[in-house]
Formats: sequence, C-alpha cells, structure tokens
Amino acid sequence: MSLLEAVVGLGDDALVLGQRLSEWCGKSPWLEEDLAMANTALDFLGRARLLYGYAEALGGCDEDAYAFQRDARDFTNLLIYELPCADFASACARQFLVDAFDALHLERLSESADAELAGIAAKAHKEALYHHRRSVAWLVRLGDGTAESRCRMQKALADVWGYHAELFAPVEAEADLIAKGVLPDRAALRPQWLAAVTATLDEATLAPPGADGRIDGGRQGQHTEHLSPMLAEMQHLHRSHPGARW
Amino acid sequence: MPLFEVFVRPRRGLQHQHAGSLRAEDAELALQYAREIYTRRREGVSLWVVRSSDITASQEDDAPAFFDPADDKPYRDATYYALPKEVKGL
Repeated sequence: MSLLEAVVGLGDDALVLGQRLSEWCGKSPWLEEDLAMANTALDFLGRARLLYGYAEALGGCDEDAYAFQRDARDFTNLLIYELPCADFASACARQFLVDAFDALHLERLSESADAELAGIAAKAHKEALYHHRRSVAWLVRLGDGTAESRCRMQKALADVWGYHAELFAPVEAEADLIAKGVLPDRAALRPQWLAAVTATLDEATLAPPGADGRIDGGRQGQHTEHLSPMLAEMQHLHRSHPGARW
Repeated sequence: MPLFEVFVRPRRGLQHQHAGSLRAEDAELALQYAREIYTRRREGVSLWVVRSSDITASQEDDAPAFFDPADDKPYRDATYYALPKEVKGL
C-alpha cells in the first residue's frame, strides 16, 4: 500500500462517518443535541478534507473527486463507519466504539514518521478526546438509564460489535508502512482499547456483547449493502450538476 | 428538561460573563452543550453552567428600593473627588 492509499483510506473513514452523523441534523432528540451532533459531523468532515487535501498533494485527485465521483467499490473506509443508525442508541454505540479507538489510534498516528500525517492526527486527536468524553457520557446515560434506553443500547451494541474487530485487523498491505513508522500497528492497540471499553460498559451497567465476530474487507473496497445508498444521497447533487459552485 | 445559564470566560484574566441559556438533563450534559453552542467560534477558555432555578434574582418590584437610592450618592464614584496635585501617576 502506498502512502497515498493509506491517507485516502483514513480520509474515507472520516468522510463516511461524518456523513452518517450529519444524517442526524434536524432529527436529534432535542435542539442542543442536534447542534452537538452536527458539530461532531463537521469535525469528521474537516478531518476528511485535511486528509484528501494531503492525498491530492501526494499526487491524488482533488477532494470533491474523492468524495463525489467514486462508487462504493472505490471507497476504502472500514465497515464500522458506514453502518446506518437504526435509532439514537445505535448512533451512540458505534460512536463510542470508534471514539475510544480514535483516542488511541490518533495519538499513535500523531507520532508518525510522516510529518504531514502526524500533524493532521495531532489536530484530530484533540477533537477525538472530546468526542470520546461525549460518547462515554451517552453510553452511561442510556445504558444506566430507563428500561427502554438500556434495552436499546444493549441491542445497538450487539449489532455493531461484530464490526469492531476490523479496527484492529492487520491489513497485509499496511505492513510496509507500519514497518517504516508511518502507520501505527492497529492490532497492538486492541488490549488497551478493550480495557477502556469494558470499564465504560461496566459503568453503564451493560453486559459486554458476546462473540467478537470478524467482518472486514473495507480497506479492500468490499462493503456492506449500506454504503451505496448512503453515497447515492451524498453524491446526488454533485453528480447532477458536475462542477457546480456557489 | 431543566434550564441552565451559561457563563463564558472570554480570555484568561477576564471574568466569566453570561452568554445565554440551554436545556439539558444534568450539569455534565449542560457543560458539553455549552461547549457546543457557546464556544464553537473560539469565544472562550472556561465555562460555568448553573441551574437557572438556583439563581436568586431581584424582581422588577424591587428596583425602586434596590437601585434608586444610589442615584444621589455621587461621592461613591472616584470621579467625585478632586485629585491632589501631589499625586502623580494615578
């Protein structure tokens, strides 16, 4: 895997999650949460733009082409980011797992041998620490909440849990970049991640979901059936009016 | 949901100032929402949130008794006093 491909993969992670979060705009439980969700979505969109901008500097295409002119097969985001949200609990459950990952992963990535990537990661890491605080609070609030919120959160966790393994699954093509110190070894982050996640689950009085499962393929462009409809909505305007500006 | 008042300190060295209000289930969530709503354009370096119901406020009816008596006491202002010539650098 080239550095360019690695940067685009990280950009895709951020863009796809940003789009999923932005779907809550106008639909969150109340106004304050709506703003908080939109702010978080914009953090991920901003991260995607920084990464796509760097990809362009590395010889890739421009950010709009990455976002709007590729089909699902060309996206290399990890699958956990593309899952749709059945309800607010499922948005919170996924966010909790990936924020806990980001808090660790971006800290390591900020020590990357590639200075540009390290700089982007350092900026994103500060945001991730706040996102993590927010998602931990929601996990505990819903888990240790009413009978219904607890039931929904437990189900949401069970639904998303099988996808967490891909966050840590070694991708053969990344080995070279890991050896050069450009990318962190994601697999090595899992014990620390699991300890942090388990501690929060305890606090939220939620049972750890069962079997780990192993669903992956995102970095190779093999996606769930959910990505294409999401992209169709996201890309519709740009594809209908190519090159439009305002 | 309870109403909270939000106070933002714009810079170190300045006092917290009332910025507005919001609704949240509890103080922790109120603090997070205050961050999202009142500091997203770099307005502050510190936040306080206070439950609105915990604030004791003067009432409109109190105004004559509370504030009018200060109107005719100009000697409470520093500018009331002539500065002696000997005082330098004030």
